[in-house]
Amino acid sequence: MERENYIALQFPSCSVNEGFARIAVAGFAAQLDPTLEELGDIKTAVSEAVTNAIVHAYPEEIGRISIKAKRSGDVLEIKIQDWGQGIADIAQAKQPLFTTGGEERSGMGFTIMESFMDEMRVRSRPGKGTTVVLRKRIMPRMGKK
Amino acid sequence: MELKAKADHRTLTLQLRGELDHHAAKRLVREIDLVVEREVPQQLVLDFSAVSFMDSSGIAVVMRAQRRMQELGGSATVIEVPPQARRVLHTAGIDRWVKIK
Ligand SMILES: Nc1ncnc2c1ncn2[C@@H]1O[C@H](COP(=O)(O)OP(=O)(O)OP(=O)(O)O)[C@@H](O)[C@H]1O
Ligand SMILES: [Mg+2]
Repeated sequence: MERENYIALQFPSCSVNEGFARIAVAGFAAQLDPTLEELGDIKTAVSEAVTNAIVHAYPEEIGRISIKAKRSGDVLEIKIQDWGQGIADIAQAKQPLFTTGGEERSGMGFTIMESFMDEMRVRSRPGKGTTVVLRKRIMPRMGKK
Repeated sequence: MELKAKADHRTLTLQLRGELDHHAAKRLVREIDLVVEREVPQQLVLDFSAVSFMDSSGIAVVMRAQRRMQELGGSATVIEVPPQARRVLHTAGIDRWVKIK
């Protein structure tokens, strides 16, 4: 079994791709033998980051979204990047309930990513784009091959 | 995402089936608004038993349904929530505003 592995994918910021992005990363994560709950956490966090890129990074246009997922031993790292609007105040954006998305959004995306994964890092520059890096250690299970 | 509506007296039950993400929510919100407008229920029950995935887009859908019901003098309840969606609702602390059974 390979202990080091990665995938890279890119797609346009159409909402129909949200499901595809979740399934693709979940499929890659399967080699770490996650529990159903861990897989649910990964899918949810990816969905939050990708939806943010679609909704906030490219509000008026279709832009490019990139996902890189990497496995190093027991650790899964997922990097979601866009080249859209960017975030002026990252600390404020991470606050629960903070949203610029009106009543269609609840301002809980970053809070969910943070609590469903072990680590979340956000890099962003207004006008340049945003990169979210998520990490989760998948504990080896007893009786695993 | 599929929506099935069942009205019984003043209780409207909506069964949601499939993945509730931003892509699905765009249409779902309009459909819920329409059926609530038509039925004018006292109680809105959102049956989540067949929701196979939900992210924060679902939180906004539930909150909007609750607001619509309050405007009508009623309330909304979410029932039969599977573990993944339950974790999302719980992390958002949504049970402070909406009944979750
Ligand atoms: N990729 C991004 N590009 C530009 N702005 C972003 C991006 N991601 C997040 N933001 C900003 O950060 C805010 C908070 O994001 P978060 O995901 O926590 O909440 P939300 O998307 O507004 O609501 P929810 O995720 O609950 O639907 C957003 O409202 C937006 O202003
Ligand atoms: Mg979000």
